[in-house]
Amino acid sequence: MTIAYQGEILFSRYLDATGKAVDTVPEWAEQPDTLVEYYRQMTLARLFDSKAIALQRTGQLGTYPSMLGGEAIDIPTAALMQAEDVLIPYYRNHAMQVMRGIEWRDVLLYWGGDERGSANPAQGQDLPNCVPIATQCLHACGVAAAFRIRDEKRVAVTLCGDGATSKGDFLEALNVAGTWQLPLVFIINNNQWAISVPRAMQCGAPTLAQKALGAGLRGEQVDGNDVIAVHQAVSRALERARAGKGPSVIEAISYRLSDHTTADDATRYRSNEELKAAWEREPIKRLRNYLHDRGWWDENRETQWQQTANARVQQAVQDYLATAPDSAGAQFDHLYATLPVQLSEQRERAIRQAEPGGRHHE
Amino acid sequence: MSESMTMVDAVNLALAHELEQDTDVVLLGEDIGVNGGVFRATAGLLERFGPHRIMDTPLAENLIAGLAIGMASQGLKPVAEIQFMGFIFPTMEQLIAHGARMRNRTRGRLSCPLVIRAPFGGGIHAPEHHSESTEALLAHIPGLRVVIPSSPARAYGLLLAAIRCPDPVIFLEPKRIYRAVKQPVSDNGIALPLDTCFTLREGNDITLISWGAMIKETLEAADQLAQDGISCEVIDVATLNLLDHATLLASVSKTGRCVIVHEAPHHGGMGAEISATLAERGLLDLKAPVARVTGFDTIMPYYRLENQYLPNSADIVEAARQTLEFV
Repeated sequence: MTIAYQGEILFSRYLDATGKAVDTVPEWAEQPDTLVEYYRQMTLARLFDSKAIALQRTGQLGTYPSMLGGEAIDIPTAALMQAEDVLIPYYRNHAMQVMRGIEWRDVLLYWGGDERGSANPAQGQDLPNCVPIATQCLHACGVAAAFRIRDEKRVAVTLCGDGATSKGDFLEALNVAGTWQLPLVFIINNNQWAISVPRAMQCGAPTLAQKALGAGLRGEQVDGNDVIAVHQAVSRALERARAGKGPSVIEAISYRLSDHTTADDATRYRSNEELKAAWEREPIKRLRNYLHDRGWWDENRETQWQQTANARVQQAVQDYLATAPDSAGAQFDHLYATLPVQLSEQRERAIRQAEPGGRHHE
Repeated sequence: MSESMTMVDAVNLALAHELEQDTDVVLLGEDIGVNGGVFRATAGLLERFGPHRIMDTPLAENLIAGLAIGMASQGLKPVAEIQFMGFIFPTMEQLIAHGARMRNRTRGRLSCPLVIRAPFGGGIHAPEHHSESTEALLAHIPGLRVVIPSSPARAYGLLLAAIRCPDPVIFLEPKRIYRAVKQPVSDNGIALPLDTCFTLREGNDITLISWGAMIKETLEAADQLAQDGISCEVIDVATLNLLDHATLLASVSKTGRCVIVHEAPHHGGMGAEISATLAERGLLDLKAPVARVTGFDTIMPYYRLENQYLPNSADIVEAARQTLEFV
């Protein structure tokens, strides 16, 4: 017998859990600008996250999925994408969408039960949040295929969780991306938990990245708590895709430090010890230590930045709470390109019912 | 300049016309390239328009729908073929959870101008899963148009309209009449209106309502009834969502009697929706209960018994007579 195929999945990490370099950091990470900006964005995301959860707990926001623990994956990815690229998010990529143009207020609107949260024209051709699992991976292939059909040097970037890799949609997406060599980057935020089901119960393969190999894609694994490692992997994948060298899968190993959503209680299914250990590896502290060691960040800057970030989040909350619900007619106005005559009567009824006392036909 | 052609030729002609007119139109599906589609609906298009626009996909229907939605979100106008309607079910999540909602959930920032074509219905002695009519499943979904032609000319004009429609359209092609008749079709690029019933024959005594392949049996029934001096109005619904209530109600207000004919099962079929609309909004015009001539509420039998399942013109004539006799 001969070997018909052999593949390997490489893992990369530059910073250990304490922020010490364990490998030679790339040149850009020897300069403060990019990493300080990443730090600002990551802490802003975390601040927003805690505010959103507080709003939910006080009945001012609907069910909300936290970003906690995924910051080192989302922030560099959004920063490295070009404006003309297209983001196809799942439901945990709030900060990425803000970095690509929408307002934090829009994130609150979406999770506060208002379709206008996905309507900001600043979002361009980016797709809205995707709540069904892994279905967005197929849209990403369609988006990337559109770029190829039109011969545009743009890249589609899509994210999903570890649970999503169990779905046919994910595998069908990898399969077509490999077959057509699409300009596409798949990023798996492997945060170890799909609600209550741990990574080990999702898949028998030692890595999720190796699913790429079965579909003819590049696959690699990075420490998803290490913003430098993620930056490097995403840069490589974007460059390859833009140069027509095909799609990649990046499995970023992180940990979901939060409950699945505000409707979940993770203490039902995972231990405090595990969570405590995960907090030791979390991405923000690691980066802050690195920045402190280099003299690029200090308590004074931290205090100033926290004030700025707080003000932004407060403003977003104010804007959100000040936004009146949409008109009852809006559900009809955007269902089709033009309002069909068949719906005009229902539309009028909806508007009438929404008026004070309108449901009682007094 | 009209050429006499079959429905499947008319589908091909409409696809070629739009591919020629609009570079945003692309085709994707299984075996649609070199093979030209299992029914040859896309024959010759790969040669004319190239592999970037005529795309054979890997064999996965869910993928086809998801790809089409992604393409449509970027302004392409994908026309996807699902080889048989029996294989449309993997596309349902994509169509319902995404395609139908894209415009609404982004308040018009993005839209989904796609067409999913699928041959459907019984009567060609096909294997299991190749003969069902599940149009009501799709017509139930807000945001999805469901369009069914019943002749070569209407296939051409309605498919042009479906491709030009800025919203998603499920275009179901009744394969029993794919090649049953030829009709002159002019490649004039003129679309027929969507959301509009076609009155194929005017009459005063009773309204016969149907769509797709069953239009053939319905017209035959109208011919038989005409021999007894019964004047039937025959309506081809053509777009099942959005339903043209006005035409249906106007006809029944004239005739006062109505038979609805479809291949699909009785329970929860589109006949129920039409019948309920007539009851809600035309009850005082009705002189008799609305009758439905439909498939049974069973699993469609394999082909040795499929003609026992499918309604025929005698069933329609009998239902019409009972409706006419009701006092």
